[in-house]
Amino acid sequence: MLESRAEKWFYALNYVLLALVAIGALYPFLYVLSASVSSPEAVVTGAVVLWPKQLTLQAYEAVFREHGIWVGYANTIFYTVAGTLVSMAISVCGAYSLSKKQLAGRKLFNAIIAVTLFFNAGMIPVYLNFRDLHLLDSRAAIVFGFAVSTFNVIILRTFFQSIPEEIEEAARIDGAGQAAILWRIVLPLSKAALATISLFYAVSRWNGYFWAMLLLRSRDKIPLQVLLNRLVVQMKPSDTMMTDSSGAIGETIIYATIVVAIVPIVAVYPFIQRYFVKGVTIGSVKG
Amino acid sequence: MKSRLRQHYPLYLLLAPLLAWYALFVFKPMYGLQIAFKDYSVFLGIENSPWAGLSHFRAFLGSEYFLRVLKNTLLISIYSLIFSFPVPIVLALLLHEAKNVVFRRAVQTIAYLPHFISIVVVCGIVTNFLAPTNGIANLLLEKLGMGKIYFLADADYFRTIFISMNTWKEAGFLAIVYIAALTGINPELYEAAVIDGASKWKRVVHVTIPGILPTIMIMLLLKIGELLEVGYEAIILLYQPVTYRTADVISSYVYREGILNGRYDMATAVGLFNSIVCLLLLVVSNRLSKKYTDNGLW
Repeated sequence: MLESRAEKWFYALNYVLLALVAIGALYPFLYVLSASVSSPEAVVTGAVVLWPKQLTLQAYEAVFREHGIWVGYANTIFYTVAGTLVSMAISVCGAYSLSKKQLAGRKLFNAIIAVTLFFNAGMIPVYLNFRDLHLLDSRAAIVFGFAVSTFNVIILRTFFQSIPEEIEEAARIDGAGQAAILWRIVLPLSKAALATISLFYAVSRWNGYFWAMLLLRSRDKIPLQVLLNRLVVQMKPSDTMMTDSSGAIGETIIYATIVVAIVPIVAVYPFIQRYFVKGVTIGSVKG
Repeated sequence: MKSRLRQHYPLYLLLAPLLAWYALFVFKPMYGLQIAFKDYSVFLGIENSPWAGLSHFRAFLGSEYFLRVLKNTLLISIYSLIFSFPVPIVLALLLHEAKNVVFRRAVQTIAYLPHFISIVVVCGIVTNFLAPTNGIANLLLEKLGMGKIYFLADADYFRTIFISMNTWKEAGFLAIVYIAALTGINPELYEAAVIDGASKWKRVVHVTIPGILPTIMIMLLLKIGELLEVGYEAIILLYQPVTYRTADVISSYVYREGILNGRYDMATAVGLFNSIVCLLLLVVSNRLSKKYTDNGLW
């Protein structure tokens, strides 16, 4: 098929627009990176627009000196790993059970869970509940209190339902119990779904902010995101970062902090994004 | 029933932690919703606090804040619907028409990136870019010979900033749903249209758009159901007292009244009022959608 002149223009324009989208999505990151390795003078005078000027790593030295960032990092890693493990254990076992027709009351349980997609108690009752459970300022509140996402449970349940019953039946005849069937037969068959849901949980744990801010008070328990609110959004770099003989100040430290905070996500996201795409596609079709 | 219980008790053991979680962290707070109708006292607790009827609801509906937060919530939602909602659709269409697979994948991957960045970092980037003295936005304005603008302290800019930020963060990722719908369109429809001599533009209008219309309707329906739900995280991170006039929404008001001012009963009442209206909106929009498009959420 020959392309008409109009169609050639159409495709050319399309590429231009898409290139602009890509530039628009990337520019803020590029600027943050460039500013973080430039001299503070170059940044505050507006000399840095796209590329770094007067390369220096002073800002990173200031960031790495800040003990709180490492504590925050360690906490975030803890909440992400422990939280994802707890989330997966509860969600996988529950979703598997809910996928079985033999489960009496299955419809009722599924309905109860589905209701929470449309109605929940809201911020204040949830906060008071944590207080009444004596879980304020405790790591357990973060790890257990936010363990389940109904959306993820439903995706898992839908996936387990698609596994043919006969495969499990054969194992049952060989005398395997329910837990053994789940562990040795169902889970190995569900690797892709498990990877997807683990990543959903892990990324939301890594980025989790609001409830950690509400529930945690002690500095040694707060995750990176809560610390970032003070350092980056309210722009209050800590004293350790500021007491710096070289005079590296303000802006570049903030930008370096942003870079340090997002490096792990930016590094892994090209590899995990396809799982998210798959998850969203399943969710939009089946949910 | 009983024998079934006994026979399948391992299934119940597997289900127990999940049900316990819902009971403890979702349904127990729902029991606590009763403080919306009580004069809650921290010392008396949820159950022993005296009943107050609908007084908190009346107080909220009669207060000056009610109209302000309702108006702000609705305006942010409606402007998002107009300016933000079409962006992922257009992006998906553009991507769909890009023939070069490598280029398309690259743009897609880049466009998803902001979705993975935490809201705190995104708000941090926004506040720093828009900062009055050292922010890149003002540095560029200065280079162009224009005066500096303190964007985040000016109530008139808040909605624009908030909606632009959300669009930048989520449009790429939201496009996924439409891209999936676009790949599901039967290629024979295009071939038939080409044979009929339909131009590129006509094919887009008569084949592509109708092909993804059901998906657009579902997404629109979800958005209409969420008209009164503006995410509070980003609002609380970005607003300040001078911008409350346009920035304060229902959920941020609940946060301030409840968590910061400690008026738990009042804030719970406002939150409950909001949830009920949201639920009604969702039911109505679902019914309308089913009636006119045969697509519904349930």
